[in-house]
Amino acid sequence: MAGGELYMAAPTAIGLVYWGRKALDIPTRLPQWDRWLTRLWRPAIGITGLGLLVGGPVLDWLDNMFLAFVLGIGIGIGWKLRAYRPALWLAVALVPGTILLVVEMLVRPFNKNFENGPVDNIEGLAFLWLGVFLLIARNQAKAITAEVEARRAAEQEQSTLETQSETLEYEVGQRTAALARQTDELRATLAELQATQGQLIQSEKMASLGELTAGIAHEIQNPLNFVNNFADVSVELVAELAEERASPTRDHTLEAELLADLKQNLQRIAQHGGRAAGIVRGMLEHSRASTGERQPTDVNALADEYLRLAYHGLRAKAKTFNATLQPALAPGLPLVEAMPGDLGRVLLNLFTNAFYAVQKRQQTGELGYAPTVSVRTALVGDRVEIQVRDNGTGMSPEVQARIFQPFFTTKPSGEGTGLGLSLSHDIIEQGHGGTLSVESQPSQGTTFTILLPA
Amino acid sequence: MKILVVDDEPDVRLLFEQRFRREIRSGEFAFSFAYSGEEALAFLRDHPSEVVLILSDINMPGMSGLELLRHVKQDPLPPPPPLVMMLTAYGDTETHNQAMQLGANDFLTKPVDFAALKVKLHAIPSL
Repeated sequence: MAGGELYMAAPTAIGLVYWGRKALDIPTRLPQWDRWLTRLWRPAIGITGLGLLVGGPVLDWLDNMFLAFVLGIGIGIGWKLRAYRPALWLAVALVPGTILLVVEMLVRPFNKNFENGPVDNIEGLAFLWLGVFLLIARNQAKAITAEVEARRAAEQEQSTLETQSETLEYEVGQRTAALARQTDELRATLAELQATQGQLIQSEKMASLGELTAGIAHEIQNPLNFVNNFADVSVELVAELAEERASPTRDHTLEAELLADLKQNLQRIAQHGGRAAGIVRGMLEHSRASTGERQPTDVNALADEYLRLAYHGLRAKAKTFNATLQPALAPGLPLVEAMPGDLGRVLLNLFTNAFYAVQKRQQTGELGYAPTVSVRTALVGDRVEIQVRDNGTGMSPEVQARIFQPFFTTKPSGEGTGLGLSLSHDIIEQGHGGTLSVESQPSQGTTFTILLPA
Repeated sequence: MKILVVDDEPDVRLLFEQRFRREIRSGEFAFSFAYSGEEALAFLRDHPSEVVLILSDINMPGMSGLELLRHVKQDPLPPPPPLVMMLTAYGDTETHNQAMQLGANDFLTKPVDFAALKVKLHAIPSL
Protein backbone atom coordinates (compact mmCIF):
# COMPACT_ATOMS: atom_id res chain seq x y z
CA MET A 1 0.00 0.00 0.00
CA ALA A 2 2.50 2.57 -1.12
CA GLY A 3 1.92 6.29 -1.78
CA GLY A 4 -0.14 7.19 -4.79
CA GLU A 5 -2.63 4.41 -4.16
CA LEU A 6 -6.45 4.75 -4.32
CA TYR A 7 -7.06 5.23 -0.60
CA MET A 8 -9.41 2.23 -0.54
CA ALA A 9 -8.63 1.16 3.06
CA ALA A 10 -11.17 3.56 4.66
CA PRO A 11 -14.06 2.68 2.28
CA THR A 12 -13.16 -1.02 2.80
CA ALA A 13 -13.28 -0.39 6.54
CA ILE A 14 -16.78 1.19 6.23
CA GLY A 15 -17.87 -1.78 4.12
CA LEU A 16 -16.54 -4.12 6.82
CA VAL A 17 -18.40 -2.07 9.46
CA TYR A 18 -21.71 -2.46 7.66
CA TRP A 19 -21.11 -6.15 6.98
CA GLY A 20 -20.09 -6.69 10.64
CA ARG A 21 -23.09 -4.82 12.00
CA LYS A 22 -25.37 -7.04 10.02
CA ALA A 23 -23.50 -10.28 10.65
CA LEU A 24 -23.38 -9.80 14.42
CA ASP A 25 -26.71 -8.00 14.62
CA ILE A 26 -25.07 -5.15 16.47
CA PRO A 27 -28.04 -2.68 16.33
CA THR A 28 -29.89 -5.07 18.65
CA ARG A 29 -27.00 -6.47 20.66
CA LEU A 30 -25.01 -3.24 21.23
CA PRO A 31 -27.20 -0.29 20.29
CA GLN A 32 -24.87 2.29 21.91
CA TRP A 33 -21.82 1.03 19.99
CA ASP A 34 -23.93 0.92 16.86
CA ARG A 35 -24.67 4.61 17.13
CA TRP A 36 -20.89 5.27 16.91
CA LEU A 37 -20.36 2.71 14.16
CA THR A 38 -22.97 4.37 11.94
CA ARG A 39 -21.06 7.63 12.24
CA LEU A 40 -17.71 6.15 11.11
CA TRP A 41 -18.43 6.94 7.47
CA ARG A 42 -17.81 10.64 8.12
CA PRO A 43 -14.06 10.37 8.99
CA ALA A 44 -13.74 7.70 6.25
CA ILE A 45 -15.08 10.11 3.61
CA GLY A 46 -12.82 12.85 5.04
CA ILE A 47 -9.71 10.69 4.74
CA THR A 48 -10.54 9.32 1.29
CA GLY A 49 -11.57 12.75 -0.02
CA LEU A 50 -8.42 14.45 1.26
CA GLY A 51 -6.33 11.51 -0.03
CA LEU A 52 -7.78 11.87 -3.55
CA LEU A 53 -7.49 15.67 -3.51
CA VAL A 54 -4.17 16.17 -1.76
CA GLY A 55 -2.55 12.72 -1.68
CA GLY A 56 0.68 11.98 0.10
CA PRO A 57 2.06 9.35 2.41
CA VAL A 58 0.54 10.89 5.55
CA LEU A 59 -2.99 10.45 4.25
CA ASP A 60 -2.15 7.00 2.97
CA TRP A 61 -0.93 6.16 6.48
CA LEU A 62 -4.10 7.67 8.01
CA ASP A 63 -6.11 5.66 5.56
CA ASN A 64 -4.49 2.41 6.67
CA MET A 65 -4.56 3.38 10.34
CA PHE A 66 -8.31 4.03 10.02
CA LEU A 67 -8.69 0.48 8.72
CA ALA A 68 -6.59 -0.80 11.63
CA PHE A 69 -8.74 1.26 14.05
CA VAL A 70 -11.93 -0.23 12.60
CA LEU A 71 -10.49 -3.73 12.76
CA GLY A 72 -9.55 -3.05 16.41
CA ILE A 73 -13.12 -2.01 17.12
CA GLY A 74 -14.17 -5.22 15.41
CA ILE A 75 -11.94 -7.26 17.74
CA GLY A 76 -13.31 -5.34 20.74
CA ILE A 77 -16.89 -6.01 19.69
CA GLY A 78 -16.08 -9.65 18.99
CA TRP A 79 -14.58 -9.98 22.47
CA LYS A 80 -17.49 -8.19 24.06
CA LEU A 81 -19.92 -10.48 22.29
CA ARG A 82 -17.79 -13.59 22.94
CA ALA A 83 -20.81 -15.38 24.45
CA TYR A 84 -21.95 -15.61 20.85
CA ARG A 85 -19.26 -17.98 19.54
CA PRO A 86 -19.01 -16.69 15.92
CA ALA A 87 -18.24 -13.20 17.30
CA LEU A 88 -15.30 -14.58 19.28
CA TRP A 89 -14.01 -16.42 16.22
CA LEU A 90 -14.34 -13.23 14.23
CA ALA A 91 -12.24 -11.39 16.81
CA VAL A 92 -9.68 -14.21 16.76
CA ALA A 93 -9.67 -14.09 12.95
CA LEU A 94 -9.00 -10.37 12.91
CA VAL A 95 -6.26 -10.26 15.58
CA PRO A 96 -3.15 -11.26 13.50
CA GLY A 97 -4.04 -9.12 10.48
CA THR A 98 -4.77 -6.13 12.67
CA ILE A 99 -1.57 -6.50 14.65
CA LEU A 100 0.34 -6.87 11.41
CA LEU A 101 -1.29 -3.78 9.96
CA VAL A 102 -0.65 -1.71 13.07
CA VAL A 103 2.97 -2.86 13.29
CA GLU A 104 3.46 -2.14 9.60
CA MET A 105 1.96 1.32 9.93
CA LEU A 106 4.05 2.07 13.02
CA VAL A 107 7.24 0.86 11.30
CA ARG A 108 6.55 2.37 7.85
CA PRO A 109 7.73 5.93 8.56
CA PHE A 110 11.13 4.48 9.53
CA ASN A 111 11.61 1.74 7.00
CA LYS A 112 10.46 2.13 3.44
CA ASN A 113 11.34 -1.41 2.49
CA PHE A 114 9.42 -3.17 5.17
CA GLU A 115 6.81 -4.47 2.74
CA ASN A 116 9.11 -6.78 0.96
CA GLY A 117 10.70 -10.06 2.01
CA PRO A 118 9.41 -11.99 5.04
CA VAL A 119 6.60 -9.51 5.65
CA ASP A 120 4.76 -10.82 2.59
CA ASN A 121 4.89 -14.31 4.00
CA ILE A 122 3.55 -13.11 7.34
CA GLU A 123 0.77 -11.25 5.54
CA GLY A 124 -0.05 -14.46 3.66
CA LEU A 125 -0.25 -16.35 6.93
CA ALA A 126 -2.39 -13.62 8.44
CA PHE A 127 -4.84 -13.84 5.48
CA LEU A 128 -4.90 -17.60 5.73
CA TRP A 129 -5.63 -17.27 9.46
CA LEU A 130 -8.34 -14.73 8.70
CA GLY A 131 -9.90 -16.97 6.08
CA VAL A 132 -9.86 -20.11 8.25
CA PHE A 133 -11.36 -18.41 11.28
CA LEU A 134 -13.97 -16.52 9.27
CA LEU A 135 -14.98 -19.85 7.81
CA ILE A 136 -15.23 -21.31 11.28
CA ALA A 137 -17.20 -18.29 12.44
CA ARG A 138 -19.51 -18.55 9.45
CA ASN A 139 -20.13 -22.26 9.94
CA GLN A 140 -20.76 -21.76 13.58
CA ALA A 141 -23.14 -18.90 12.85
CA LYS A 142 -24.94 -21.14 10.41
CA ALA A 143 -25.12 -23.95 12.94
CA ILE A 144 -26.41 -21.59 15.58
CA THR A 145 -28.94 -20.15 13.19
CA ALA A 146 -30.06 -23.66 12.31
CA GLU A 147 -30.27 -24.51 15.98
CA VAL A 148 -32.26 -21.37 16.71
CA GLU A 149 -34.50 -22.18 13.79
CA ALA A 150 -34.96 -25.69 15.08
CA ARG A 151 -35.68 -24.40 18.55
CA ARG A 152 -38.12 -21.86 17.21
CA ALA A 153 -39.81 -24.58 15.17
CA ALA A 154 -39.94 -26.77 18.24
CA GLU A 155 -41.28 -23.89 20.29
CA GLN A 156 -43.85 -23.18 17.65
CA GLU A 157 -44.80 -26.80 17.56
CA GLN A 158 -45.08 -26.83 21.30
CA SER A 159 -47.14 -23.69 21.31
CA THR A 160 -49.33 -25.23 18.63
CA LEU A 161 -49.64 -28.31 20.81
CA GLU A 162 -50.41 -26.16 23.79
CA THR A 163 -53.06 -24.32 21.84
CA GLN A 164 -54.49 -27.61 20.69
CA SER A 165 -54.42 -29.04 24.16
CA GLU A 166 -56.09 -25.89 25.46
CA THR A 167 -58.75 -26.24 22.80
CA LEU A 168 -59.11 -29.87 23.70
CA GLU A 169 -59.33 -29.08 27.39
CA TYR A 170 -61.95 -26.46 26.66
CA GLU A 171 -63.93 -28.91 24.57
CA VAL A 172 -63.62 -31.60 27.23
CA GLY A 173 -64.77 -29.06 29.80
CA GLN A 174 -67.73 -28.13 27.65
CA ARG A 175 -68.59 -31.78 27.10
CA THR A 176 -68.21 -32.55 30.80
CA ALA A 177 -70.48 -29.65 31.67
CA ALA A 178 -73.01 -30.83 29.11
CA LEU A 179 -72.87 -34.36 30.50
CA ALA A 180 -73.21 -33.08 34.06
CA ARG A 181 -76.20 -31.04 32.95
CA GLN A 182 -77.72 -34.07 31.27
CA THR A 183 -77.11 -36.17 34.34
CA ASP A 184 -78.83 -33.56 36.48
CA GLU A 185 -81.74 -33.44 34.08
CA LEU A 186 -82.00 -37.24 34.06
CA ARG A 187 -81.82 -37.32 37.82
CA ALA A 188 -84.57 -34.73 38.05
CA THR A 189 -86.66 -36.68 35.54
CA LEU A 190 -86.10 -39.88 37.49
CA ALA A 191 -87.17 -38.21 40.73
CA GLU A 192 -90.22 -36.84 38.95
CA LEU A 193 -91.07 -40.26 37.55
CA GLN A 194 -90.68 -41.85 40.96
CA ALA A 195 -92.95 -39.22 42.47
CA THR A 196 -95.47 -39.78 39.69
CA GLN A 197 -95.30 -43.53 40.21
CA GLY A 198 -95.97 -43.02 43.91
CA GLN A 199 -98.93 -40.80 43.07
CA LEU A 200 -100.22 -43.35 40.57
CA ILE A 201 -100.01 -46.11 43.15
CA GLN A 202 -101.79 -43.90 45.66
CA SER A 203 -104.48 -42.89 43.16
CA GLU A 204 -104.97 -46.51 42.10
CA LYS A 205 -105.39 -47.30 45.77
CA MET A 206 -107.88 -44.49 46.16
CA ALA A 207 -109.74 -45.54 43.01
CA SER A 208 -110.15 -49.06 44.37
CA LEU A 209 -111.22 -47.55 47.67
CA GLY A 210 -113.86 -45.59 45.77
CA GLU A 211 -115.10 -48.83 44.23
CA LEU A 212 -115.18 -50.24 47.71
CA THR A 213 -117.13 -47.45 49.33
CA ALA A 214 -120.55 -48.82 48.44
CA GLY A 215 -119.50 -52.31 49.45
CA ILE A 216 -118.12 -50.99 52.69
CA ALA A 217 -121.29 -49.01 53.39
CA HIS A 218 -123.36 -52.13 52.84
CA GLU A 219 -121.02 -54.27 54.89
CA ILE A 220 -121.10 -51.81 57.75
CA GLN A 221 -124.82 -51.17 57.54
CA ASN A 222 -125.69 -54.83 57.96
CA PRO A 223 -123.98 -55.36 61.32
CA LEU A 224 -125.05 -51.88 62.38
CA ASN A 225 -128.69 -52.80 61.70
CA PHE A 226 -128.24 -55.85 63.88
CA VAL A 227 -126.68 -53.78 66.64
CA ASN A 228 -129.57 -51.32 66.54
CA ASN A 229 -132.23 -54.03 66.34
CA PHE A 230 -130.80 -56.16 69.13
CA ALA A 231 -130.40 -53.06 71.29
CA ASP A 232 -134.01 -52.02 70.60
CA VAL A 233 -135.41 -55.44 71.28
CA SER A 234 -133.33 -55.70 74.43
CA VAL A 235 -134.95 -52.52 75.76
CA GLU A 236 -138.31 -54.20 75.16
CA LEU A 237 -137.08 -57.34 76.92
CA VAL A 238 -135.91 -55.34 79.94
CA ALA A 239 -139.29 -53.57 80.07
CA GLU A 240 -141.06 -56.91 79.95
CA LEU A 241 -138.77 -58.28 82.63
CA ALA A 242 -139.49 -55.32 84.89
CA GLU A 243 -143.22 -55.75 84.25
CA GLU A 244 -143.00 -59.42 85.11
CA ARG A 245 -141.11 -58.72 88.34
CA ALA A 246 -143.70 -56.16 89.42
CA SER A 247 -146.53 -58.61 88.81
CA PRO A 248 -147.91 -60.43 91.87
CA THR A 249 -147.75 -63.73 89.99
CA ARG A 250 -144.17 -63.89 88.80
CA ASP A 251 -143.39 -66.41 86.08
CA HIS A 252 -139.86 -67.47 86.92
CA THR A 253 -139.47 -69.51 83.77
CA LEU A 254 -140.36 -66.51 81.63
CA GLU A 255 -137.96 -64.31 83.61
CA ALA A 256 -135.14 -66.80 83.06
CA GLU A 257 -136.01 -66.95 79.36
CA LEU A 258 -135.94 -63.16 79.07
CA LEU A 259 -132.60 -62.97 80.87
CA ALA A 260 -131.15 -65.65 78.57
CA ASP A 261 -132.42 -63.71 75.53
CA LEU A 262 -130.93 -60.50 76.91
CA LYS A 263 -127.58 -62.16 77.40
CA GLN A 264 -127.69 -63.57 73.89
CA ASN A 265 -128.63 -60.17 72.44
CA LEU A 266 -125.75 -58.45 74.18
CA GLN A 267 -123.41 -61.07 72.76
CA ARG A 268 -124.88 -60.42 69.28
CA ILE A 269 -124.45 -56.68 69.71
CA ALA A 270 -120.79 -57.16 70.65
CA GLN A 271 -120.28 -59.57 67.74
CA HIS A 272 -121.85 -57.32 65.08
CA GLY A 273 -120.17 -54.25 66.51
CA GLY A 274 -116.87 -56.06 66.21
CA ARG A 275 -117.69 -56.98 62.62
CA ALA A 276 -118.32 -53.32 61.71
CA ALA A 277 -115.15 -52.23 63.52
CA GLY A 278 -113.16 -54.85 61.60
CA ILE A 279 -114.43 -53.51 58.30
CA VAL A 280 -113.54 -49.95 59.22
CA ARG A 281 -110.09 -51.10 60.33
CA GLY A 282 -109.61 -52.94 57.04
CA MET A 283 -110.67 -49.85 55.12
CA LEU A 284 -108.20 -47.67 57.01
CA GLU A 285 -105.48 -50.23 56.39
CA HIS A 286 -106.34 -50.21 52.71
CA SER A 287 -106.14 -46.45 52.32
CA ARG A 288 -103.01 -46.01 54.40
CA ALA A 289 -99.75 -45.76 52.49
CA SER A 290 -97.94 -49.04 52.95
CA THR A 291 -95.45 -48.98 55.81
CA GLY A 292 -93.57 -51.86 54.24
CA GLU A 293 -93.74 -53.69 57.56
CA ARG A 294 -94.83 -57.29 57.51
CA GLN A 295 -96.88 -58.77 60.27
CA PRO A 296 -98.43 -62.19 60.90
CA THR A 297 -101.56 -62.10 58.77
CA ASP A 298 -104.64 -64.34 58.70
CA VAL A 299 -104.99 -64.92 54.96
CA ASN A 300 -108.39 -66.60 55.36
CA ALA A 301 -109.91 -63.63 57.16
CA LEU A 302 -108.42 -61.25 54.62
CA ALA A 303 -109.72 -63.29 51.66
CA ASP A 304 -113.22 -63.59 53.13
CA GLU A 305 -113.40 -59.90 53.99
CA TYR A 306 -112.29 -58.66 50.59
CA LEU A 307 -114.45 -61.18 48.71
CA ARG A 308 -117.50 -59.67 50.40
CA LEU A 309 -116.30 -56.09 49.97
CA ALA A 310 -115.66 -56.60 46.26
CA TYR A 311 -119.02 -58.30 45.79
CA HIS A 312 -120.97 -55.59 47.53
CA GLY A 313 -118.90 -52.92 45.78
CA LEU A 314 -120.07 -54.29 42.44
CA ARG A 315 -123.61 -54.82 43.70
CA ALA A 316 -123.78 -51.18 44.64
CA LYS A 317 -123.09 -50.24 41.03
CA ALA A 318 -124.97 -53.05 39.29
CA LYS A 319 -127.93 -53.55 41.59
CA THR A 320 -129.50 -56.50 39.83
CA PHE A 321 -126.23 -58.40 39.58
CA ASN A 322 -126.04 -61.56 41.59
CA ALA A 323 -123.29 -64.11 41.92
CA THR A 324 -122.51 -67.16 43.96
CA LEU A 325 -119.57 -66.74 46.29
CA GLN A 326 -117.73 -69.92 47.11
CA PRO A 327 -115.15 -69.39 49.81
CA ALA A 328 -113.22 -72.61 50.47
CA LEU A 329 -110.83 -71.56 53.19
CA ALA A 330 -108.51 -74.21 54.58
CA PRO A 331 -108.84 -74.44 58.36
CA GLY A 332 -105.68 -74.20 60.41
CA LEU A 333 -103.78 -72.25 57.79
CA PRO A 334 -100.58 -70.79 59.27
CA LEU A 335 -100.29 -67.02 59.58
CA VAL A 336 -98.32 -65.44 56.77
CA GLU A 337 -95.75 -62.69 57.23
CA ALA A 338 -97.39 -60.09 55.01
CA MET A 339 -98.39 -56.47 54.63
CA PRO A 340 -102.16 -56.88 55.17
CA GLY A 341 -103.05 -53.61 53.45
CA ASP A 342 -101.07 -54.47 50.32
CA LEU A 343 -102.19 -58.10 50.23
CA GLY A 344 -105.78 -56.94 50.71
CA ARG A 345 -105.43 -54.65 47.71
CA VAL A 346 -104.20 -57.54 45.60
CA LEU A 347 -107.14 -59.72 46.67
CA LEU A 348 -109.59 -56.89 46.12
CA ASN A 349 -108.16 -56.38 42.65
CA LEU A 350 -108.44 -60.07 41.77
CA PHE A 351 -112.00 -60.29 43.13
CA THR A 352 -113.09 -57.11 41.37
CA ASN A 353 -111.71 -58.49 38.10
CA ALA A 354 -113.43 -61.84 38.71
CA PHE A 355 -116.80 -60.20 39.34
CA TYR A 356 -116.30 -58.00 36.29
CA ALA A 357 -115.63 -61.09 34.18
CA VAL A 358 -118.68 -63.03 35.38
CA GLN A 359 -120.84 -59.94 35.00
CA LYS A 360 -119.68 -59.53 31.39
CA ARG A 361 -120.43 -63.17 30.65
CA GLN A 362 -123.85 -62.89 32.25
CA GLN A 363 -124.63 -59.88 30.07
CA THR A 364 -124.26 -62.06 26.98
CA GLY A 365 -127.56 -63.66 28.05
CA GLU A 366 -126.21 -67.21 28.12
CA LEU A 367 -128.89 -69.64 29.25
CA GLY A 368 -128.43 -71.39 32.56
CA TYR A 369 -125.32 -69.39 33.39
CA ALA A 370 -124.63 -69.09 37.11
CA PRO A 371 -121.96 -66.47 37.83
CA THR A 372 -119.62 -67.92 40.43
CA VAL A 373 -116.53 -66.51 42.10
CA SER A 374 -114.59 -68.70 44.45
CA VAL A 375 -111.58 -68.25 46.66
CA ARG A 376 -109.65 -71.23 47.90
CA THR A 377 -106.75 -71.25 50.36
CA ALA A 378 -104.44 -74.15 50.99
CA LEU A 379 -101.06 -75.03 52.43
CA VAL A 380 -98.87 -76.31 49.62
CA GLY A 381 -95.57 -77.58 50.99
CA ASP A 382 -94.21 -74.64 52.97
CA ARG A 383 -96.19 -72.09 51.03
CA VAL A 384 -99.67 -70.69 51.38
CA GLU A 385 -101.71 -70.74 48.20
CA ILE A 386 -104.61 -68.41 47.48
CA GLN A 387 -106.64 -69.16 44.35
CA VAL A 388 -109.22 -66.76 43.01
CA ARG A 389 -111.38 -68.44 40.37
CA ASP A 390 -114.24 -67.18 38.26
CA ASN A 391 -116.35 -68.73 35.53
CA GLY A 392 -116.42 -65.48 33.58
CA THR A 393 -115.45 -64.49 30.06
CA GLY A 394 -111.85 -65.76 30.32
CA MET A 395 -108.92 -64.40 28.34
CA SER A 396 -107.14 -65.20 25.11
CA PRO A 397 -103.45 -66.16 25.36
CA GLU A 398 -102.56 -62.75 23.82
CA VAL A 399 -104.37 -60.90 26.59
CA GLN A 400 -102.94 -63.22 29.26
CA ALA A 401 -99.43 -62.42 28.07
CA ARG A 402 -99.98 -58.74 28.70
CA ILE A 403 -102.17 -58.48 31.78
CA PHE A 404 -99.30 -57.78 34.18
CA GLN A 405 -97.97 -54.93 32.05
CA PRO A 406 -98.61 -51.46 33.44
CA PHE A 407 -101.47 -49.56 31.76
CA PHE A 408 -102.75 -52.62 29.95
CA THR A 409 -106.50 -52.94 30.33
CA THR A 410 -109.32 -54.61 28.46
CA LYS A 411 -111.88 -52.40 30.14
CA PRO A 412 -113.41 -49.48 28.24
CA SER A 413 -111.51 -46.23 28.76
CA GLY A 414 -112.37 -44.59 32.05
CA GLU A 415 -113.24 -47.88 33.74
CA GLY A 416 -109.79 -49.25 34.43
CA THR A 417 -106.41 -47.67 35.10
CA GLY A 418 -104.52 -50.68 33.77
CA LEU A 419 -102.41 -50.57 36.92
CA GLY A 420 -104.29 -53.00 39.14
CA LEU A 421 -102.67 -56.27 38.08
CA SER A 422 -99.31 -54.66 37.43
CA LEU A 423 -99.22 -53.31 40.99
CA SER A 424 -100.59 -56.60 42.34
CA HIS A 425 -97.79 -58.44 40.60
CA ASP A 426 -95.21 -56.08 42.14
CA ILE A 427 -96.76 -56.40 45.59
CA ILE A 428 -96.73 -60.21 45.52
CA GLU A 429 -93.39 -60.81 43.82
CA GLN A 430 -91.31 -57.89 45.09
CA GLY A 431 -93.12 -57.01 48.30
CA HIS A 432 -93.71 -60.55 49.58
CA GLY A 433 -91.26 -62.76 47.68
CA GLY A 434 -94.18 -64.79 46.33
CA THR A 435 -95.58 -65.53 42.89
CA LEU A 436 -98.73 -64.44 41.08
CA SER A 437 -99.73 -66.49 38.06
CA VAL A 438 -102.74 -66.79 35.80
CA GLU A 439 -104.54 -69.56 33.95
CA SER A 440 -107.42 -68.80 31.67
CA GLN A 441 -109.66 -70.28 28.97
CA PRO A 442 -111.80 -67.99 26.82
CA SER A 443 -115.50 -68.47 27.66
CA GLN A 444 -114.57 -70.82 30.50
CA GLY A 445 -113.09 -68.68 33.23
CA THR A 446 -109.91 -67.51 34.87
CA THR A 447 -107.87 -68.60 37.86
CA PHE A 448 -105.30 -66.42 39.56
CA THR A 449 -102.93 -68.19 41.93
CA ILE A 450 -100.91 -66.47 44.65
CA LEU A 451 -98.18 -68.41 46.39
CA LEU A 452 -96.72 -66.85 49.52
CA PRO A 453 -93.90 -68.10 51.73
CA ALA A 454 -95.56 -69.10 54.99
CA MET B 1 -150.54 -67.01 59.95
CA LYS B 2 -147.45 -68.67 58.55
CA ILE B 3 -144.68 -66.35 57.49
CA LEU B 4 -141.51 -67.51 55.69
CA VAL B 5 -138.51 -65.25 56.21
CA VAL B 6 -135.74 -65.62 53.61
CA ASP B 7 -132.36 -64.05 54.41
CA ASP B 8 -128.76 -65.23 54.23
CA GLU B 9 -127.99 -63.67 57.63
CA PRO B 10 -128.68 -66.33 60.31
CA ASP B 11 -129.19 -63.73 63.05
CA VAL B 12 -132.33 -62.54 61.29
CA ARG B 13 -134.08 -65.54 62.86
CA LEU B 14 -133.19 -64.44 66.41
CA LEU B 15 -134.26 -60.92 65.64
CA PHE B 16 -137.69 -61.89 64.26
CA GLU B 17 -138.29 -64.35 67.07
CA GLN B 18 -137.65 -61.64 69.64
CA ARG B 19 -139.38 -58.80 67.83
CA PHE B 20 -142.51 -60.88 67.38
CA ARG B 21 -142.27 -62.93 70.58
CA ARG B 22 -145.67 -61.77 71.84
CA GLU B 23 -147.35 -62.65 68.52
CA ILE B 24 -145.54 -65.99 68.39
CA ARG B 25 -146.49 -66.75 71.99
CA SER B 26 -150.12 -65.89 71.30
CA GLY B 27 -150.01 -68.04 68.15
CA GLU B 28 -150.96 -65.07 65.95
CA PHE B 29 -147.90 -65.52 63.72
CA ALA B 30 -145.75 -68.57 63.00
CA PHE B 31 -142.33 -67.97 61.49
CA SER B 32 -140.24 -70.27 59.37
CA PHE B 33 -136.79 -69.38 58.09
CA ALA B 34 -134.83 -70.10 54.95
CA TYR B 35 -131.26 -68.91 54.34
CA SER B 36 -131.35 -68.86 50.55
CA GLY B 37 -133.76 -68.66 47.62
CA GLU B 38 -133.26 -72.33 46.84
CA GLU B 39 -134.00 -73.31 50.43
CA ALA B 40 -137.14 -71.17 50.38
CA LEU B 41 -138.44 -72.87 47.20
CA ALA B 42 -137.77 -76.29 48.71
CA PHE B 43 -139.65 -75.27 51.85
CA LEU B 44 -142.63 -74.13 49.78
CA ARG B 45 -142.67 -77.44 47.94
CA ASP B 46 -142.41 -79.44 51.17
CA HIS B 47 -145.07 -77.40 52.98
CA PRO B 48 -147.78 -76.84 50.37
CA SER B 49 -150.50 -74.29 51.05
CA GLU B 50 -149.00 -73.35 54.43
CA VAL B 51 -147.21 -70.10 53.86
CA VAL B 52 -149.32 -66.96 53.68
CA LEU B 53 -146.52 -64.47 53.38
CA ILE B 54 -142.95 -64.56 52.21
CA LEU B 55 -140.58 -61.87 53.54
CA SER B 56 -137.49 -62.10 51.37
CA ASP B 57 -134.18 -60.32 51.22
CA ILE B 58 -133.08 -59.49 47.66
CA ASN B 59 -129.30 -59.65 47.92
CA MET B 60 -128.34 -63.23 48.55
CA PRO B 61 -125.68 -65.47 47.13
CA GLY B 62 -127.04 -67.95 44.62
CA MET B 63 -130.70 -67.39 43.81
CA SER B 64 -131.55 -63.79 44.52
CA GLY B 65 -134.75 -62.59 46.16
CA LEU B 66 -136.02 -61.33 42.81
CA GLU B 67 -135.55 -64.74 41.20
CA LEU B 68 -137.35 -66.33 44.14
CA LEU B 69 -140.16 -63.83 43.60
CA ARG B 70 -140.36 -64.77 39.92
CA HIS B 71 -140.53 -68.48 40.77
CA VAL B 72 -143.21 -67.94 43.38
CA LYS B 73 -145.32 -65.83 41.04
CA GLN B 74 -144.82 -67.91 37.89
CA ASP B 75 -144.32 -71.53 39.00
CA PRO B 76 -147.49 -73.51 39.57
CA LEU B 77 -147.67 -73.72 43.37
CA PRO B 78 -150.56 -75.27 45.29
CA PRO B 79 -153.07 -72.53 46.15
CA PRO B 80 -153.44 -70.15 47.73
CA PRO B 81 -150.57 -68.14 46.20
CA PRO B 82 -148.47 -66.58 49.01
CA LEU B 83 -147.99 -62.84 49.26
CA VAL B 84 -144.40 -61.67 48.82
CA MET B 85 -142.75 -58.69 50.53
CA MET B 86 -139.26 -57.77 49.39
CA LEU B 87 -136.67 -56.46 51.86
CA THR B 88 -133.47 -54.83 50.69
CA ALA B 89 -130.62 -52.61 51.75
CA TYR B 90 -130.51 -51.20 48.21
CA GLY B 91 -133.74 -49.26 48.08
CA ASP B 92 -133.19 -47.76 44.64
CA THR B 93 -135.99 -47.20 42.15
CA GLU B 94 -134.58 -49.66 39.63
CA THR B 95 -134.74 -52.57 42.04
CA HIS B 96 -138.12 -51.35 43.34
CA ASN B 97 -139.60 -51.22 39.85
CA GLN B 98 -138.20 -54.62 38.98
CA ALA B 99 -139.70 -56.14 42.13
CA MET B 100 -143.06 -54.54 41.43
CA GLN B 101 -143.00 -55.73 37.83
CA LEU B 102 -142.38 -59.26 39.03
CA GLY B 103 -145.48 -59.00 41.20
CA ALA B 104 -144.12 -58.16 44.66
CA ASN B 105 -146.91 -57.23 47.07
CA ASP B 106 -144.72 -54.82 49.01
CA PHE B 107 -141.20 -53.41 49.05
CA LEU B 108 -139.41 -52.50 52.28
CA THR B 109 -135.93 -51.13 52.79
CA LYS B 110 -133.45 -52.16 55.46
CA PRO B 111 -133.01 -51.28 58.25
CA VAL B 112 -136.45 -52.75 58.85
CA ASP B 113 -138.87 -50.58 60.75
CA PHE B 114 -140.41 -53.35 62.82
CA ALA B 115 -143.24 -51.18 64.14
CA ALA B 116 -144.31 -50.39 60.58
CA LEU B 117 -143.85 -54.04 59.57
CA LYS B 118 -146.09 -55.15 62.44
CA VAL B 119 -148.84 -52.79 61.31
CA LYS B 120 -148.56 -54.17 57.76
CA LEU B 121 -148.64 -57.77 58.97
CA HIS B 122 -151.66 -57.17 61.18
CA ALA B 123 -153.44 -55.61 58.21
CA ILE B 124 -153.20 -58.88 56.26
CA PRO B 125 -156.47 -60.73 56.61
CA SER B 126 -155.77 -63.90 58.50
CA LEU B 127 -156.78 -67.06 56.74
